[in-house]
Amino acid sequence: MTNRQLRIALRNCGSINPERIEEYIAGNGYLSLGKVVTGMEPKQAIQLLIDSGLRGRGGAGFPTGLKWLYAMNSEADQKYVVCNADEGDPGAFMDRSILEGDPHSVLEAMAIAGYCIGADKGYIYIRAEYPLAIRRLKIAISQAKESGLLGENIFSSGFSFDIDLKYGAGAFVCGEETALIHSMEGERGEPSLKPPFPAESGYLGMPTNVNNVETLANIPVIFEKGADWFSKIGTEKSKGTKVFALAGKVNNVGLIEVQMGTTLREVIFDIGGGIREGKKFKAVQTGGPSGGCLTEKHLDTPIDYENLVANGSMMGSGGMIVMDEDDCMVSIARFYLEFSVDESCGKCAPCRIGNKRLHELLDRICQGNGTDADLERLRNLGEVIKDTSLCGLGQSSPNPVLSTLDNFFEEFESHVRDKKCPAGVCRDLLEYFILEDNCVGCTACARACPVGAITGERKELHVVNTAICIKCGACMEKCKFDAVVLI
Amino acid sequence: MSSVKIELRKDQVEKIHAFCDQCGNEPGELINILHRTQEEFGYLPAEIQEVIADKLALPVAKVYGVVTFYSFFTMIPKGEFPISICTGTACYVRGAEKVLSEFKKLLDIQVGETSADGKFSLSCLRCVGACGLAPVVLVGDKTYGRIAPDDVKEILEEAGGARTRGQGD
Repeated sequence: MTNRQLRIALRNCGSINPERIEEYIAGNGYLSLGKVVTGMEPKQAIQLLIDSGLRGRGGAGFPTGLKWLYAMNSEADQKYVVCNADEGDPGAFMDRSILEGDPHSVLEAMAIAGYCIGADKGYIYIRAEYPLAIRRLKIAISQAKESGLLGENIFSSGFSFDIDLKYGAGAFVCGEETALIHSMEGERGEPSLKPPFPAESGYLGMPTNVNNVETLANIPVIFEKGADWFSKIGTEKSKGTKVFALAGKVNNVGLIEVQMGTTLREVIFDIGGGIREGKKFKAVQTGGPSGGCLTEKHLDTPIDYENLVANGSMMGSGGMIVMDEDDCMVSIARFYLEFSVDESCGKCAPCRIGNKRLHELLDRICQGNGTDADLERLRNLGEVIKDTSLCGLGQSSPNPVLSTLDNFFEEFESHVRDKKCPAGVCRDLLEYFILEDNCVGCTACARACPVGAITGERKELHVVNTAICIKCGACMEKCKFDAVVLI
Repeated sequence: MSSVKIELRKDQVEKIHAFCDQCGNEPGELINILHRTQEEFGYLPAEIQEVIADKLALPVAKVYGVVTFYSFFTMIPKGEFPISICTGTACYVRGAEKVLSEFKKLLDIQVGETSADGKFSLSCLRCVGACGLAPVVLVGDKTYGRIAPDDVKEILEEAGGARTRGQGD
């Protein structure tokens, strides 16, 4: 899994002891912070970051340098730097790995951000579900303070910067920056309308710069090696690398870091080693509940922010779940919708009510009660939710539905018109059947059936009466000859 | 709120007050205070929320609003062995759903409930970031990876057995 990869954000993960600051420093750690606070004007440093082309790795891909510039230009007595470590996308764990494997790179980048925008206080908003990352961060912060790399008068430059932790409590929407800030203030983590952006009015009403963990992990190297070096990596509009959490039905699962512009085929087949058990590739879901399902025809598309959005998905935080022929795309769409319904904060109606209705429609279709009009409704409702929701959660929650409608429409059609689930997943659409070749007529299934739906003479083929069958599966469990199948 | 009324002892109330004091009785620290309190008591029943609200000079409704917003906080006591099944996408495509129904069947409880003997409680969580081990089940702090429905019985027996051993010590 190592060839074809380029490790920038993950450069230290696994190769240094994260609980020893000396090892981070030995690899040029805190060199960039020294260089910036002793030799660069904030404006100059921000320009370097803008020139590098680094964009936010949390999902939307906003240019990081510009974000810093806006925060710098906001005038206030107190400003804040916040690290968004509320990694909540199911199937994404790059932030956890960076925090556990290389916490100092995040601290260093936050201090650089503090110097650039004029903040002396930083917070890391981290999920309470990540106890090891929390422990490592606490160790890293205290070591950095002891070494004078955080605290008062860093590198005798007159610049002071301190970092504390704030804990999340299990709310996906808190990854949205305004919701995150409300949560830091001890409130319910509900997003608020932007503008004002956090760069003008954020934590406690003060200008606040929020960056994601992976974004921050890139920053010390950019200052060490220069904007030119970084901007040569990747594609025209998406510079550098991206970490993906490769999971699902591939042979090699785990974190990978590749240049922007690498194709899905290279990721799934070369790095991921192809599909498990020699099955057929069906789809890859990128961007978690906000992203979409891409298919065979997208395999040779270079991965960058623009291409993913153009194909109905998005970069998101970098979860990449591979699916094979045994996965039903309708039930996958329903699965993601269920997540969005659970995690909707309830503040705005399109997301709170709309997603619930979308989920009900999908439920009906999976149960075999869907109609052609329902497919139409799915699309219309999805578009409305995207256009009218308050925050990023609602604006992207219909993506898994819309992209599967685009790419796997025939599968929806079989559920609606033929009342069949081609992948054999949706239980309500399946029927139990006894294979003639395997059945030895042992009567075990007939005796197990609670409703007497199975008939047949001893030592002869047994038959399921699907009109009575309640699909409990008892016959399948009892059969020792694999004769009972679901089709 | 919760149906069973509980009496908080004086020393328990003092403990909650101490957590609030350590956080400067700042309403902005409410989430931190709730974390510490839940760590101590295992859950956050209405009576505890009232004590915190009183101490921070906040309406109880506000504290209740925060407790119910975040899935980490619970108003129902967890079992001695809290079982969490990861239902993140990677676990889902690798069969977490079937593992979950096996737990429901064997324990005869639904998600969010605690078994009658107080031993096991069942919850779902969204991605523990161990997708390489999918599907994943957590029992207390212990992680079980690549679980099939057939393994469920063994997991329950192992947890139950651990308790018996623990009591013998």
